[in-house]
Amino acid sequence: MPADSSILDTFFEECEDLIVALTEGLVEMRDGDADDETVNAVFRAVHSIKGAAGAFALDELVGFAHKFETVLDEVRSHRLETDEKLLRTLQRAGDILADLVDDARDGTPANRDVVDPVLADLQSFLGEETLEPEEEFVFEAMSLGFADEDAANPGYKVSFTPGQEFYATGNDPVLVIAALKELGPATVTVDDSALPDGIEDYVWDKGYLTWHIEIGDIATDLPIYDVFQFMDDICELRVTPLDTGAEAPVVGLDEPLANVASEAEPVVAIEEAPAKSTRAEVTDSTPNVPSPPKGGESGDRPAKKTATTLRVDPERVDRLINAVGELIINQSVISQRIEEAALPNSSELFGDLDDYKLLAREIQEGVMAIRAQPVKPLFQRMLRIAREAADATGKDVELVTEGEATEVDKTVVERLADPLTHMIRNAIDHGIEAPDKRKAAGKVQTGTLRLSANQRSGSIVIEIADDGAGLNRPRIRAIAIEKGLVSSDAVLTDPEIDMLLFAPGFSTAAEVTNLSGRGVGMDVVKTAITALGGRIAISTVPGEGTTFSITLPLTLAVMDGMIITIGGQTMVVPISSILETIRPAESDISKLGLKSELLKIRGEYVPIVDLGEQLGHPPTDKKISDRILLLIQTESIAQCALAVDDIFDQRQVVVKSMQGNYGSIVGVSGATILGDGKIALIIDPDAIASGPGMSSHINASLEGDRSHARAS
Amino acid sequence: MQEPADPTQIKKLEFVTLVAGGQNFCIEITQIREIRRWSPVTILPHSASHVLGVINLRGAVIPIIDLAAKLGFEKIEPTERHVIIITAIDERIVGLLVESVSEILGVNSDMVRETPRGPEDATTRAILGVIPVGDDMTKVINLTTLMPNSSQAAA
Repeated sequence: MPADSSILDTFFEECEDLIVALTEGLVEMRDGDADDETVNAVFRAVHSIKGAAGAFALDELVGFAHKFETVLDEVRSHRLETDEKLLRTLQRAGDILADLVDDARDGTPANRDVVDPVLADLQSFLGEETLEPEEEFVFEAMSLGFADEDAANPGYKVSFTPGQEFYATGNDPVLVIAALKELGPATVTVDDSALPDGIEDYVWDKGYLTWHIEIGDIATDLPIYDVFQFMDDICELRVTPLDTGAEAPVVGLDEPLANVASEAEPVVAIEEAPAKSTRAEVTDSTPNVPSPPKGGESGDRPAKKTATTLRVDPERVDRLINAVGELIINQSVISQRIEEAALPNSSELFGDLDDYKLLAREIQEGVMAIRAQPVKPLFQRMLRIAREAADATGKDVELVTEGEATEVDKTVVERLADPLTHMIRNAIDHGIEAPDKRKAAGKVQTGTLRLSANQRSGSIVIEIADDGAGLNRPRIRAIAIEKGLVSSDAVLTDPEIDMLLFAPGFSTAAEVTNLSGRGVGMDVVKTAITALGGRIAISTVPGEGTTFSITLPLTLAVMDGMIITIGGQTMVVPISSILETIRPAESDISKLGLKSELLKIRGEYVPIVDLGEQLGHPPTDKKISDRILLLIQTESIAQCALAVDDIFDQRQVVVKSMQGNYGSIVGVSGATILGDGKIALIIDPDAIASGPGMSSHINASLEGDRSHARAS
Repeated sequence: MQEPADPTQIKKLEFVTLVAGGQNFCIEITQIREIRRWSPVTILPHSASHVLGVINLRGAVIPIIDLAAKLGFEKIEPTERHVIIITAIDERIVGLLVESVSEILGVNSDMVRETPRGPEDATTRAILGVIPVGDDMTKVINLTTLMPNSSQAAA
């Protein structure tokens, strides 16, 4: 690619934003709450992509965007009826456009098999006569207009008010006006009514002037937007078509016309030299026609607020996060030192220390917030996945998203994309029934898939709920036995059967479809979620649907942990998985078989897992009743009691990965540094609970594969 | 140019010599981050016997390997007098527990001889070459062979 790669990168970044805007607009259009401005926004997004892609000679992208844009232009000028079919095509076109942008970025050729049908569909809305020749993509040609549309479009009126930033960034209205004048015969007037009366009210760097430029002999407003391509967010811009019907000059509400302009001239000359020079070039070749009321007032484009976001290299944020992690550790070191110093309680140092703690926590939360991103873009991608999956399976599915504003760590958002894709596809392919079956079951023909995100005390819960048939447990069990995942005489509880879905190599699909059914999906989902420190749970009601809940930690770098000791070692158990801590009485413990013990709690029996044993420590003589049990909840076994020697404290710990320098260890998800500078390992309760002692009936291959997947 | 000591052809290399399992070894100085005294480690579950555990090195979690045990000698019983050499290879940082560190040895690269072939064992597999020093010689350790392999660690 000859273009400078950094410019190209910027282009793709902008494309991403534009595609988000495009998708949003299309969703609004589909939901029927779109107004003209929405259509315009969609149109401009496509047009901007096309324009920039043209500059980089990305021909396939330009070609497709052009066709897309042409259809949208028809829609926004109300020449095309927005029916179901059109909306569907537009959505697919949006998807393809996103694909093409990706292809262009990766330098891979576009998949013509996918692109061409959509291109043909788009063409079908245009009919034969609007079939435009390819050279129309040449941008210089645009301004010449389309001869056949001249009659309908005598020109456009551009109202342009540069803001402070416009001038501050070194833009010059003269150049803009000169560029507009090249598009066709133009009339330029200036509106100085915003000027303050007295010099004392005058803010030196504020833009007070509005230019009204009427350009004749131009068929579309595209070239006008092209002129403003890099300035549209730093000036107020309004483009309205001139009406052919109203020949007689009608004075607009807020627009003084040519006669007013001459009056204004002396003032302008004082205020600003450039304005004067443009005035000298004013030509009067088109009648001054104010915009029709529709275009004038209701078509008012709200001034776009300058987006006050900052693009930062994630590397820098990561460095900051590391430093904050050190700060938190350092804070606990200092706390510990001060405690050891046995200062009198009245010491002011304690107050200062508390302040320090608060500050450290505040900084940490602030830094984490930098990485937090709303799940909205992720969910929007899922809309597309659902659409494609529904098309491929011939089912009617509506994906409803909730809680799009929920913010999650960037890494989590990124790494959730694949698992969610799998799950959405699975839900549509296996969960939601075919329309006729739904009818037979007395349900609405259109299946609903609900994708929701919400925050629950320190973790994010993402739910994917379908209203399909629910899990077919006997079938799942039969398949698991057939595939050798469980032995045929195993007695499984319903939740255990449900969890078999996540076993590697499990697939309920009778035949492999190209959508899902390779039997890798759910296994990959679980591995990915576990790698993020999350959990996944299934609940299903036969005939009413299945809900998958993913629970994820809010951030990956810091978590709340319970400090425990086992076999003389200090370790950390994530608070998120601890339901309660119990100091058991002798009578609460029952023996099960040779070694296993059960804890009786509120009439339920819960298996006891010795943490030390699972970590390979030599067995202790200590009785369970002398130890402390942590009642933990895991995805594989509903509840289990983890036996530890003692518990100390509950505190925020900074998670350090073991992967980089050592590799992964079964049962350990990471490490942290304690106040005394020692390292404490962070326990992975799921792996511990489903350790060799526990998976008595779920075949060992599941375990082996999981640990293998972690290692890789 | 014809001089054998030409720096473009024969590089000056520096090695840190050390004792592990009672024998002399050396590690190229560029692979060494620092040398520190033994401090207690946090034991890792399910780890090989030569993996002692992990320590906190200014906020990073560093695994510590008993070099003598890894090379097939008797395990070192660590005391205050033992030394940990922090090494960095391929972005991984690993500490090696050794009995002692002696000196920095500056040699020309042509002084490093190929390991004479003999029966293989854990030690010879980890040797890159030998350097004669006075009447004795020292062996250059190939650090990559010592790295705990992630699949091994998980098993």
